[in-house]
Amino acid sequence: MTAETGRAAESTDDVEQAVQRFLAARTRTTWEPDRDLFTGGGLSSLFAMELVVHLEQTFGVVIAGTDLRLDNFRTVHAMTALVRRLRAGGGGD
Amino acid sequence: MTDDRWGAGLTVLGAGVMGSGIAALALGHGVPVLLVDPDEERLARARADIRHQLRLAALLGAGQAAEGALRVAASPGAATDSAFVIEAITENAELKAKALAGLSAIVRPGTPFVSNTSSIPIDELADSMSRPQDLAGTHFMNPPSLIGTVEVIRGPRTADETMAAVTGVLHGLGRKAVVVRDAPGFVTSRILHPMINDAARVVQAGTATADAVDALLRDCLGHRTGPLRTADLIGIDNLVDSLRVLHERTGDEGCRPCELLLAKVRAGHLGRKSGRGFYQYEEAAR
Repeated sequence: MTAETGRAAESTDDVEQAVQRFLAARTRTTWEPDRDLFTGGGLSSLFAMELVVHLEQTFGVVIAGTDLRLDNFRTVHAMTALVRRLRAGGGGD
Repeated sequence: MTDDRWGAGLTVLGAGVMGSGIAALALGHGVPVLLVDPDEERLARARADIRHQLRLAALLGAGQAAEGALRVAASPGAATDSAFVIEAITENAELKAKALAGLSAIVRPGTPFVSNTSSIPIDELADSMSRPQDLAGTHFMNPPSLIGTVEVIRGPRTADETMAAVTGVLHGLGRKAVVVRDAPGFVTSRILHPMINDAARVVQAGTATADAVDALLRDCLGHRTGPLRTADLIGIDNLVDSLRVLHERTGDEGCRPCELLLAKVRAGHLGRKSGRGFYQYEEAAR
């Protein structure tokens, strides 16, 4: 593992853990990284907007265009990947 | 759907929860909107709320996130060349009548008007119009961008041309119109609001918590959110106003707002919009 990928992995872990902590606090449930919050997870899709705002405020990213879709917020993994990509400068159309 | 028929666009009177919601729905479909409210703070809140709703609609695949062509004004003078008017001020027959009278006197005759109301009979409001035949009713559910069906009320004096315009506009906004006749509470509020009142009475009596009432109605009977979470979404003050309209006009004691609802209004616990009602809401989740 290079120093560069090491930092990226560490950053991803931080994001993932932060998202999991937020979800646990708001839903009083522990969420596995690949568990669908909405289909099967029982959360209202309206809650996705709260996730959008939380990610923007916590990680200093702007979620817009084609990134603003429910699939990006279905799982902890999806949210982590989105934040990581936006932090690296890759936005949606 | 920006096309010639919109001309100077849609005028929405009232920048509260429903006015801003309807404005967001229209803006999300590319329709220019003039939002009129004398309260500048409410207009500022509405701008933020509209942005939030447009993003929510985009997130859920219910619209585009294109906020554009929104104008705001403190008085309706700028609305003289409107293509279509939606009155969405608070659920108070006198205030609605005054707003409709003021604007119908200055727009072109034949401009279609809609009063968005959950319970006030349209024909009562039509008396305030310079041309009663130009007025129909709608009862949008909250949030308008996410609920695809709209209750549409045809008053006894509503013209065919007005009905055609209203259903055409709703179709253009991607909504399905279900047309009903005029009566206090029409269909949805006449059935739903006494039921919510009963749900609040159950909590008031200590039979169950709000959570338990909603869980049973949701998980056993298939109600989407449960009646008390619905009350929070409607706004408990609006619900109480609507129940009063129903009680005054039908005499149905089941429509007399129960003490728990009145107490929540007195305490400012108005539901999602105030951050607390039967449940608590974080700022970002409203």
